[in-house]
Amino acid sequence: MSNVARVFQNPAEGMITFRGDLASRTVKKAIRSVAGVAMPPAGEIRGEWGRGVGWMSPDEVMVLVPYADVGSATARLNATLSGTHVLVADVSDARVCFRVEGGQAAAVLARLCPVDFHPDSFGVGTLRRTRLAQVATAVWRHDTGFDVICFRSVADYVQGVLVNAEQSVLRGALGS
Amino acid sequence: MLILTCPYCGVRADETELSPGGEAHLKRFGPGSNDEAFEGYLFVRENPKGVHFERWRHSYGCGKWFHAARCTTTLEVFGTYEAQTSEPPKAIREAISAKRPGWSWRDLS
Ligand SMILES: [Zn+2]
Repeated sequence: MSNVARVFQNPAEGMITFRGDLASRTVKKAIRSVAGVAMPPAGEIRGEWGRGVGWMSPDEVMVLVPYADVGSATARLNATLSGTHVLVADVSDARVCFRVEGGQAAAVLARLCPVDFHPDSFGVGTLRRTRLAQVATAVWRHDTGFDVICFRSVADYVQGVLVNAEQSVLRGALGS
Repeated sequence: MLILTCPYCGVRADETELSPGGEAHLKRFGPGSNDEAFEGYLFVRENPKGVHFERWRHSYGCGKWFHAARCTTTLEVFGTYEAQTSEPPKAIREAISAKRPGWSWRDLS
């Protein structure tokens, strides 16, 4: 019955880990052609779950495409960038994505991550890889809340701690 | 709590998002070196009360290794810098001098 925050798993979409020289014009063009958005600056995401690009490190981005398009997107990236030193890996089935929505979504995540989620320092489009409870995640803010990517192997754990945090925000840490 | 700014992604990372990598700027002595040099490379470390240089890895973030200069007594951080250097950059050494005049570490000061 919670309306302060809502946690659920996003429908499966395509995720492609891309490593290479992000400043290269050829690379930028190739990424744009499959993701439909420009290369994001450090610490940001362009687009959204299912179609976009998230900045993961100085030489890595996560390319988001519809699940059905992963095969063609990886093939296109590899073809356009043959001869360029890059890595293209389909990780769609190795990661999952959760959504945390509602007015208290930031409070839910703040219970789990050592991150200041205030909109002044973590606005829409901000992406940060961080620690969520005991596991590695990538978190970004969008118009209706946050999306959280983690390894599929820890999906049950992440679902559990997110729901638990949501309940704590709703009832107070000790329950009532 | 130690907070270090990763020089690669600019994130102010909490200690729990980082992995410690021990003392910075070690020179490797491998095959062909004498026993004393090899032992020193493996085991002999600074253990300063004050200015210290360390390696850290932004393991829950961008995954990059970087360097940090900090004070072991107060946890004050003088600065962080990239891994691709064999000694602290001038700006870092100046920042330390401004706060800890007369500091020294190995043959640096
Ligand atoms: Zn970093």
